[in-house]
Amino acid sequence: MLQVLKKVSAEPLGLLGLVLVVLMVASAVLAYWIAPYDPIALNIIDRLQGPSFKHLLGTDQLGRDLFSRVLFGGQVALKVAFISISIALVIGVLLGMVAGFGPKWLDSLIMLFFDTIRSFPTVMFALATVALVGPSLMTVVAVIVVTSIPTYGRVVRTQTLSIKNNEFIKAEQVMGASTARILRVHVLPNVVGPLLILASMDIPTVIALEAGLSFLGMGVKPPTPSWGSILNDGYTLIRNTPWPIVAGSIPLLLVTLGFTFLGESLRDQLDPKLRNNR
Amino acid sequence: MFIYLLKRVSLGLVIVVFAVTLLFCMIHLVPGDPARILLGPRATPEMIAHLSAQMGLDQPMAMQILKFFGNLLRGDLGMDVITNRPVAEIVFGQLPYTLWLIGSAIVGAMLIGIPLGCYSALHRNTWFDRFSGIISVACITAPAFVVALYSLLIFAVWLKWFPAVGAGEPGDFFDQISHLVLPAIAIGISWVGYLSRLVRASMLEVMGENHIRTARAYGLPENTVVYQYALKLAVLPTVTVIGVGMGFLLSAALFTEIVFSRPGIGKLIFDSITTRNYPVVMGSVLVSTIIFVISTAVSDLINAWLDPRIRNSL
Repeated sequence: MLQVLKKVSAEPLGLLGLVLVVLMVASAVLAYWIAPYDPIALNIIDRLQGPSFKHLLGTDQLGRDLFSRVLFGGQVALKVAFISISIALVIGVLLGMVAGFGPKWLDSLIMLFFDTIRSFPTVMFALATVALVGPSLMTVVAVIVVTSIPTYGRVVRTQTLSIKNNEFIKAEQVMGASTARILRVHVLPNVVGPLLILASMDIPTVIALEAGLSFLGMGVKPPTPSWGSILNDGYTLIRNTPWPIVAGSIPLLLVTLGFTFLGESLRDQLDPKLRNNR
Repeated sequence: MFIYLLKRVSLGLVIVVFAVTLLFCMIHLVPGDPARILLGPRATPEMIAHLSAQMGLDQPMAMQILKFFGNLLRGDLGMDVITNRPVAEIVFGQLPYTLWLIGSAIVGAMLIGIPLGCYSALHRNTWFDRFSGIISVACITAPAFVVALYSLLIFAVWLKWFPAVGAGEPGDFFDQISHLVLPAIAIGISWVGYLSRLVRASMLEVMGENHIRTARAYGLPENTVVYQYALKLAVLPTVTVIGVGMGFLLSAALFTEIVFSRPGIGKLIFDSITTRNYPVVMGSVLVSTIIFVISTAVSDLINAWLDPRIRNSL
């Protein structure tokens, strides 16, 4: 793991990605201590200010400090990304293994489920769900879990299928190894690498989706700060002040860029087959 | 090939049937019935019963699904209970706006992205190649609604070069075009980056192949080799990628339509969600899903036509 990090940071873009990601995680984790103001404290007298030493990124229409809101918004983004991707990984691995190792009809059924989920444009599926269940962070997490499972499940299934027919697996089965043991000892280690690369490439998409849904008012509920809701404030105030848009978009752009550079660099390090394409 | 076509089309149909059933189940698994939510807290039981009957909610769920499919085959997506217009009429009235938007975004992205990728591949590892690589990744990762917000802020609010709201006067071609520019850029910019990287990668692959070496060995001019032999092959993956990317395009269009208050299917979904107009939500999500399923199927078919190995995989 340390070696991989060393190799990643040897490349300029990998290093840039790593730095951006570390900065983001640190500022979100430490938001409670480094934020100069309470992110939901109103201060109408100081409303709609531009950046100054008092308010680094300015204030919004209710006088809330945008820098503090951006820091706490990072917490929301990270929480959603990590929780939903972890749940999706676990379910995806299980379903993928069942599809790959189980009977043919079950495989077809699971694949049909995957294909159906993937046939919805993500945002429209998310909106339909929010319309029915109501907007909340839980809904966003659930939508991301459901829409990410097929990607992970397919990778695991393909790997399982290709390993299943090896002679050493047949030999193990003859010696009495259980399916659970084969999956755990032989299949799982083979899928962890590709899955982690996929997941790290998915983080920017997920963060952008959370921001997008919160931008539409379908994610976090006010007054909880999220980059998306800051951008929504910026959209309604677009003719008065550009600063909420700037404040909400810069962390979003930097973080998606950081995770993408990091993910690509990880992929190049961990998956030698893809390295020659560069 | 014919068997593959048959299999692929039937898979598409099965997926649509599954998707409709899933949407239906979702609506009915929700606590509280849609008629009650639609009418609000002050509705009398008689009003709710009347609306339920009107929406067909009083029948068993299996009946409702079957009936919906029956109507779907006749092109009937049900009635919008608020405006009393057919849902299909509303959805297909909005659809052309979205298709125009997506179409012009992707054509523009191809016109810029493909030459960019081609140039990068031919000048591999120069500063231009590295620079365009970084810019491309930045473009790909930028969410469409952020690009839309910035283009609205800079070109519509500050510079006032383009209008900010709507789709332009019907019939006035130039007005419509000027309303189309910013939204199309917002959707297209990530595709410029994506296509240029894709074309660059496939161009590098093609340029290393034997028939290109042979063409060079025959002494054909470099321009002929690049543009007549290599580029033709290198562009093919973009066609299929766009088919699969239809879902992203539709999602990006939704955000862009909302930011620019442009009519279209995305705005329709958003508006009908805020007014809790379930028949319209259902109809418009369904139509966009069908478009997505068709475009992935078409791109799979093109792929299979080009590559016999894929034909046997389904």
